[in-house]
Amino acid sequence: MSGIRLLVGTRKGGFVLTADGTRERWDVSGPHFGGWELYHLKGSPADPNRIYASQSSGWFGQVIQRSSDGGKTWETMGNKFEYEGAVGTHLWYDGTQRPWEFARVWHLEPSLTDPDTVYAGIQDAALFRSKDGGQTWQELAGLRTHKSAPVWQPGAGGMCLHTILLDPSHPGRIFIAISAAGTFRSDDGGTTWRPMNRGLRSEQIPDPTAEVGHCVHRIAMHRARPNVLFMQKHWDVMRSDDAGESWREVSGNLPTDFGFPIDVHAHEPETIYVVPIKSDSEHYPPDGKLRVYRSRSGGQEWEALTKGLPQAHCYVNVLRDAMAVDTLDPCGVYFGTTGGQVYGSSNGGDSWTPIVRDLPSVVSVEAQTLP
Amino acid sequence: MIRVVLPAHLRTLARVDGEVKLELGGPATPDAVLEALETVYPMLRGTIRDQVTHRRRAFLRFFACGEDLSHEPADTPLPEAVATGAEPFLIVGAMAGG
Repeated sequence: MSGIRLLVGTRKGGFVLTADGTRERWDVSGPHFGGWELYHLKGSPADPNRIYASQSSGWFGQVIQRSSDGGKTWETMGNKFEYEGAVGTHLWYDGTQRPWEFARVWHLEPSLTDPDTVYAGIQDAALFRSKDGGQTWQELAGLRTHKSAPVWQPGAGGMCLHTILLDPSHPGRIFIAISAAGTFRSDDGGTTWRPMNRGLRSEQIPDPTAEVGHCVHRIAMHRARPNVLFMQKHWDVMRSDDAGESWREVSGNLPTDFGFPIDVHAHEPETIYVVPIKSDSEHYPPDGKLRVYRSRSGGQEWEALTKGLPQAHCYVNVLRDAMAVDTLDPCGVYFGTTGGQVYGSSNGGDSWTPIVRDLPSVVSVEAQTLP
Repeated sequence: MIRVVLPAHLRTLARVDGEVKLELGGPATPDAVLEALETVYPMLRGTIRDQVTHRRRAFLRFFACGEDLSHEPADTPLPEAVATGAEPFLIVGAMAGG
């Protein structure tokens, strides 16, 4: 029987949650690397037992861990993320220029086909790649040296490259997103890049429709339709039908169009999920009700999914990498909160159950569907 | 032989218990200690000092013989008691919550 493995990164360690295909009973292992921040863990699509993890600490910096047995044991890999060539500068919060400086790895994206190839999105924003299973890392410097880079600026969490999407149908096509620069696309494996922000509107920057400078929180795609992208921006839920060349707003009837994660149903490319969050400073669910919103029409019309979720006095947040789907049928949907809960739905979001309630603050959730 | 005391998280990362004992090929300096430490325990590279600039990480300090040696040049000879192994070289993480 197939099974599910959830890889959960928290502020104080990593956790591995496993269940069989019924998704009714879960085993919890961890904390792995207790006391460290696990920004992201992700398994290789080509070898599910190969998992990469980003482990970091304000004291000790960045460590990369790798497992070859599905998260049971780990080995420390290379952690030298050295920008290539001249470092250059970007905008700082106060409007001055500031040199790029490595802080941490936000997101690890293993290759779709090669377990030894993995991409890393880092702060300050840049894209790195390892072709030797994480031992050494090389920057794909064409992104950071894009002519627009001097006006990229950090979001509140730092200037992070937090999303990496590998297009399964167009070899060499990569989408990335940076807070707060926006979305970029490469069609040549990461050598050259173009901003993909036409249609975005951000009233908080001098030119609301600027080519770059937008605080994109997350983008998502369905593997079967990689030209359709969905975006949760700082405000606005957006959709592109032309591989990022243009975007249109699909926030529709959401109670607030601010949020962090966005994801796509595994079998229904027009079914998408967001978690509306009150902002700009509160960053908790509106009215104290934790609601996932689902659209079955690719946006615009949304329904609240509340069954099994707290509908009073709930003031957690759901961070950008903390939602995932499995590929079973019906599709499983999972998300983690800053309150340490990981919720799961085995029916596409119709109802939810807490898998664990009291983990450290959850930063990321990834789902692996195992044979 | 140099004795080095690591913070708990780095002992876990290096998979060691208690003190680490290192043989240095030359004079005992902070730089030589870190070079030897990172050679024997490569998983510690980047966790005590930056891999590129070799700058000590801000929340770590180097103590020995009751003195804070953190701001001494990296090639400063360590006290004789450290060089002979009578006293340990302490790598200390800042006490801070979060």
